[in-house]
Amino acid sequence: MLVTCLLAVASACGVTRGEESRDLDMWIPNSPGGGYDQTGRAAVGVLDRDNLTGGDIQVTNILGAGGSVAMSRLMSEEGNGNLLMTIGLGVVGSTYSFGVDARPQDATPIAQLIEEQEGVLVPADSPFKTIDDLVKAWSADPDSVVVGGGSSPGGPDHLFPMQLAKAAGIDPKEVKYVPYDGGGPLTSALLGHKIEVGFSGLAEFEGQVEAGELRVLAVSGDERGTGVFADAPTLTESGIDLVFLNWRGILAPPGISDERRQELIDLLTRMHDSKQWQQALKDNGWTDAFVTGDDFHDLLVEQDKRVATTLKELDLL
Amino acid sequence: MENFELLMGGLESALTPMNLLYAAIGVLLGTFVGVLPGIGPAMAIALLLPVTYRLEPTSAFIMFAGLYYGGMYGGSTTSILLNTPGESASVMTALEGNRMARAGRGAQALATAAVGSFVAGTIGTILVAFFSPALADVAVDLGAPSYFALMVLALVMTTTVLGTSALRGFAALFLGLTIGLVGLDLNTGQPRLTFGVTQLVDRLDIVVVAVGIFALGEALWVAAHLRRKPTHVIPVGRPWMGREDWGRSWKPWLRGTAFGFPFGALPAGGAEIPTFLSYLTERKLSKRGDFGRGAIEGVAGPEAANNASAAGMFVPMLALGLPVTATASVMLSALQGYGITPGPQLMTDHADLVWTLLASLLIGNTLLLVLNLPLAPLWARLLRIPRPQLYAGILFFACLGAYATNLDPFDIGLLVAFGLLGLLMRRFGLPVLPLILGVILGPLMESKLREALTISGGDYGGLLSEPLAVVIYVLIALFMLGRPFIARARARAEQSAVVEEEKELVD
Repeated sequence: MLVTCLLAVASACGVTRGEESRDLDMWIPNSPGGGYDQTGRAAVGVLDRDNLTGGDIQVTNILGAGGSVAMSRLMSEEGNGNLLMTIGLGVVGSTYSFGVDARPQDATPIAQLIEEQEGVLVPADSPFKTIDDLVKAWSADPDSVVVGGGSSPGGPDHLFPMQLAKAAGIDPKEVKYVPYDGGGPLTSALLGHKIEVGFSGLAEFEGQVEAGELRVLAVSGDERGTGVFADAPTLTESGIDLVFLNWRGILAPPGISDERRQELIDLLTRMHDSKQWQQALKDNGWTDAFVTGDDFHDLLVEQDKRVATTLKELDLL
Repeated sequence: MENFELLMGGLESALTPMNLLYAAIGVLLGTFVGVLPGIGPAMAIALLLPVTYRLEPTSAFIMFAGLYYGGMYGGSTTSILLNTPGESASVMTALEGNRMARAGRGAQALATAAVGSFVAGTIGTILVAFFSPALADVAVDLGAPSYFALMVLALVMTTTVLGTSALRGFAALFLGLTIGLVGLDLNTGQPRLTFGVTQLVDRLDIVVVAVGIFALGEALWVAAHLRRKPTHVIPVGRPWMGREDWGRSWKPWLRGTAFGFPFGALPAGGAEIPTFLSYLTERKLSKRGDFGRGAIEGVAGPEAANNASAAGMFVPMLALGLPVTATASVMLSALQGYGITPGPQLMTDHADLVWTLLASLLIGNTLLLVLNLPLAPLWARLLRIPRPQLYAGILFFACLGAYATNLDPFDIGLLVAFGLLGLLMRRFGLPVLPLILGVILGPLMESKLREALTISGGDYGGLLSEPLAVVIYVLIALFMLGRPFIARARARAEQSAVVEEEKELVD
């Protein structure tokens, strides 16, 4: 048994491989079952199924500090062309709140894969019937509205209410935000009326909304959602000038050759074009938002700046 | 009795030879993974997800169920035999379990853990089957004030294990609470006690702390005395549980289930607090005074609590579609793979699947017992390895566990640091239990207190805003006021026992 453990560990740390190896490592910067895990494993599933790489892909969850542990380790893998990591808005925020000096745009951006709308959720019997009701009550007395989200400061569910408050003319510092450990505890806080409003990615709440236990006041994207979310207006429709999208994509370590970078981009492009990936998007309620290479780099720079600005306004930086 | 018929229907569709084979594979893999340090059941299921996409849902669930319960049980094996708990839920098991193992009663400890897990898992699953929707409604009404009150109760109960020297006990407890402070303040994002080290920004892993203090601290202590003390040979015990063991175990099993199940059903309950309350209760109720020297009640209770809470997790998952643990969210994402939307309609829209899943849990649980009970005496033989080799193995396992979680050498450094702390504590007679409890309770208590106060706008009255919280505070007040009387009545009976017990704990 000990031998087996040794082997397991040896393969998990990715023993040194030759440049020409077709094997890949995929790092997931968060725990199994979370959004990063689902996106990363879905991508690997498609790559594996169609054997697009011609080798094996090893998925490893690297936990810690909201993803910034994985991020800083990616930065130290300079030149490793056989490594990919799932990244998203939450990891960008974590690098700031955990004080890690690793900017995602300094790694090698490969591709953005998906976008996810955030939603403004209230329990079915909430006095807030529209986003307008909420904004009015909120600006009149910021203390009276306790909001919650599924992420710690710096994460998407925290950034979104802060940016919304600012867009509605409320000082973000006045927002009473309670962090919950993911969508499950957040939902139960809403159902139990512990908080007034919840901010979170919508995919996890489909069941509750369908059952009529939670109501979506607005969605954060530039277009309305589909299915049960089709009735909820966007913020811009409701006269609030804010578009906020959570996104996830794939990074490679810094310092890999341009040739290898192009190979990886091609690989993910082929994955993106496959039927299985389109199905995975549908199953998980993700919006297709495929952006590669330099464009993804520019996007990362822009996102990074936006996160930093919001956190500065809150005096968290 | 409609539910009963549905459950029988579920059993019928689940009980095929092929499915039993999947269940057996799941149980074996789960136990193996549970024994391996650093890989929890959530990770195991995530790893196996791609495999199960090709299976039909029933078979996949049966395998998950086996994996889940197997993983929960496997963690106790290393706790008992090697004093290296693989996850926070089996920390309490290590306390008495390892003492038993070293007194030659390892087989009995493993057996009471296996049977206790079975009893708790079965009762828990049946409760899930019949009362999920009702329980779930109650559970969402409990918020931060109630949780905080429960933590205060737990903290008050810790004072009963401080030992003979209150000063040393409190020193250890506060040391634990301080260790629990290390990391990022999750409400404001400010780092605390991190000394600029990135790896410390995350909260310290309770497993690393517990394994460091228990296993490493003890290995160092033994090494320091190896040449001065005569070798203590672990006696060869009987392979099975005797009549007395059964007699002493069944009540703790039921009490542990009673603690574990409600906590598992709570959205922020977890398995730590119930295992911990169960241990303290058994210790308090025990009249034999052999706690600290391998009391079987101290294994039976927490192990049952641990598995009952694992079953309780299915209440919010099936009734509300809420994943409250990592394992639950992996299972829910597996459901999505079959095109099923998790949510409150799960039990009505996909009743057949839900009942199959519940039946699978019962089957997985039974197979776990069938496969593991005969193995208990075999595992227990492991301890006959000569001491230097045995401790080398323990050290190897401890380091592997610390490293495997994050694949970061820093964690091994941390483990060694806590090992040294454990050695020093033994040297200066500080009890280790209050420290571990402080590390577990501190952060939980803090986050609930902060949540309650954020919601009430800083008003301390908010802590009394839920009926359960008020009830608990009243109980605590009664306990504190009544304590001198209880103490006087018990003093004569316990005095001799406590002194011996402390000697053991310090040893």
